[in-house]
Amino acid sequence: MERNMSMTKVVMPEQDPNVRNKNFTEVALGYTKEMAMEEAARCLNCKHKPCMDGCPVNVPIPGFIEKVAEGDFEAAYEIITSENALPAICGRVCPQENQCEGKCVRGIKGEPVAIGRLERFVADYHMANATPATSDIEKNGKKVAVVGSGPAGITCAGELIKKGYDVTVFEALHKAGGVLSYGIPEFRLPKDLVAKEIETVEKLGVKIETNVIVGRSVTIDELMEDGYEAVFVGSGAGLPRFLNIPGENLLGVYSANEFLTRVNLMKAYKFPEMPTPVKVGKKVAVVGAGNVAMDAARTAKRLGAEEVYIVYRRSEEELPARAEEVHHAKEEGIIFKLLNNPCAIHGEDGWVTGMEVIKQELGEPDASGRRSPQPVEGSNYIIDVDTVIIAIGQSPNPLIRQTTPGLEVQRWGGIIVEEDTMKTSKDGVYAGGDTVTGAATVILAMGAGKKAAKAIDEYLAAK
Amino acid sequence: MYKIVSKETLNSAVELMEIEAPFVANKCEAGQFIIVRVDEDGERVPLTIADYDREKKTVTIIYQVVGYSTELLSKKKVGEYVEDFVGPLGMPAPLHKCDHVVGVAGGVGAAPLYPQLRKLHEMGVKVDVIIGGRSAEFVILKEKFEEFCDNVYVATDDGSLGTKGFVTNVLQELIDKGEKIDEVIAIGPLIMMKNVVNVTKPLDIPTAVSLNPIMIDGTGMCGGCRVTVGGETKFACVDGPDFDGFLVDFDECMKRQGMFKEEEHECRMKNAQ
Repeated sequence: MERNMSMTKVVMPEQDPNVRNKNFTEVALGYTKEMAMEEAARCLNCKHKPCMDGCPVNVPIPGFIEKVAEGDFEAAYEIITSENALPAICGRVCPQENQCEGKCVRGIKGEPVAIGRLERFVADYHMANATPATSDIEKNGKKVAVVGSGPAGITCAGELIKKGYDVTVFEALHKAGGVLSYGIPEFRLPKDLVAKEIETVEKLGVKIETNVIVGRSVTIDELMEDGYEAVFVGSGAGLPRFLNIPGENLLGVYSANEFLTRVNLMKAYKFPEMPTPVKVGKKVAVVGAGNVAMDAARTAKRLGAEEVYIVYRRSEEELPARAEEVHHAKEEGIIFKLLNNPCAIHGEDGWVTGMEVIKQELGEPDASGRRSPQPVEGSNYIIDVDTVIIAIGQSPNPLIRQTTPGLEVQRWGGIIVEEDTMKTSKDGVYAGGDTVTGAATVILAMGAGKKAAKAIDEYLAAK
Repeated sequence: MYKIVSKETLNSAVELMEIEAPFVANKCEAGQFIIVRVDEDGERVPLTIADYDREKKTVTIIYQVVGYSTELLSKKKVGEYVEDFVGPLGMPAPLHKCDHVVGVAGGVGAAPLYPQLRKLHEMGVKVDVIIGGRSAEFVILKEKFEEFCDNVYVATDDGSLGTKGFVTNVLQELIDKGEKIDEVIAIGPLIMMKNVVNVTKPLDIPTAVSLNPIMIDGTGMCGGCRVTVGGETKFACVDGPDFDGFLVDFDECMKRQGMFKEEEHECRMKNAQ
């Protein structure tokens, strides 16, 4: 096979920015077979596989890419799913530039191999052409409970079912998927695809019980009395943070969680066909600049807002979102107001009329290694907006820690675990994902779920 | 799917449903609530728990048919199912032993008040209740309260039952008569709870209120239900729904309740078609 020495990735077709910023269908359209094979031929198949070091779940990247180059897409799928249960999702939402692609040798001179796009292609190809496998795994008769059906929980459940355990996932909402369902928008991660990935795990025998809030409907101790020999907690970081500035309870102020949940989980973008409403005004300020902030800003634009601002207290260099999200947001007309920090939200008759900000300048690096913003005295001004969306992060939900005696947590609420095994201070209880780390990425949560599954297997085998 | 095992019409606007929901029935306590979704496209509607039966694994809800989703719910018959039913949500009401509690209910507020007062009665507290409604028809659960309350007072706007006037008039009369009241629990429309607090606060009679703001998930995730209590922002879904009435910013609650007024109207139009 001839190697493709092009310095740049094969371009992935996308919807035109001025068309897509008015609809909710997926932005990136994916590779064709030909494009995928052409891009796969750029991989040098390095012996030392640096890309794999960058992957939190150790996908055998050069191996699957080689199969793509050969046109054997099902073989490529087998290789990916030996380590990653949710490839269609990871191919879309992983920050590849900091992971696999960040380590790719081709990236030293030119662009790295488009590993994410290839992973996405392989998963989509498989979904379109194969039926989900059913399980013929021999059961070992041991029951494990998983709390939360987001990326951590689903991955852990998928790994354990393959090892013969009887696995039940408890989900608080009416729909499985966690942040994949309520948080990440349709235009970035189609919900049909999330449903299919979850169906794949269910076909293997995983039971998902929706509408069960562990910590309210049932406690972890009660699950263990009920015969579950181990519990994995992947309950995420569901509690939105607010700025604690005046005016935050005015009408027109949302947490990003509320705004995105209305639109993604409850499909408010189809209101009134769907009964859950969402209100977005003409001018919207989104506070924060992570992936959630980009999702909220791009969603507001699609709902018809004329001007949408990202208001962030640091500079371009510190933007925490995936590079592709920032790029897409700018293309779609989102206005970035960097080095601006909100200090009050103003209103009239209870509704938002503006957000007051102070300009910032960057000082010395802080504990996070990023240069910390300092207010410029007297630089306050008011941005004329009627909607404010707060996207400055989430903390772990307190319900589990409040109702699980013996479970040690950090002062900020994260569950404390042993790093290698994800074992908590409570015997038989493991945890991973955002509930341990605070809001992070899908792939890190999946890595944690996988690690915990291995440790749970070892623990129960020895029992 | 959750089966409707019984259904009752309490008046022209209010209905009762008993629904099979083992997880909720096992754990729920007075003061907690549930979220129901009628069909697979449904809104998540928070409703307080009016009663529960741990043996039968059922939970009773009482709701006012006021909008799109409650109208859909109202169309469901015994033997049919609702799509989702989740809970118990919120903190149990902070009930404690004292000598005399007066419950004040406005409209469907009588429903969540009922299990709280019954529990207080079981704890050995002398319990009285004042039930309010537009007219006799809208006074609900009177007979149920009579089973254990020492006194059941009624106030109606038109005087068709009990005192003509507001529940606060009756409460004021009791106080004026020199009744010693240790605590008041008021559940009903925001304006009613605010007015009750206006009566009790100057006399320093501790008053608990139960809030039912707009929310999505009910587990602390959306923050839509935030309410200012004693100058601090609380989430009604996880910190409440019961709060110290002296500390609640009722005016803000009333404003926030109107967030989707236009949309509610639009949605109701759809049902009418």
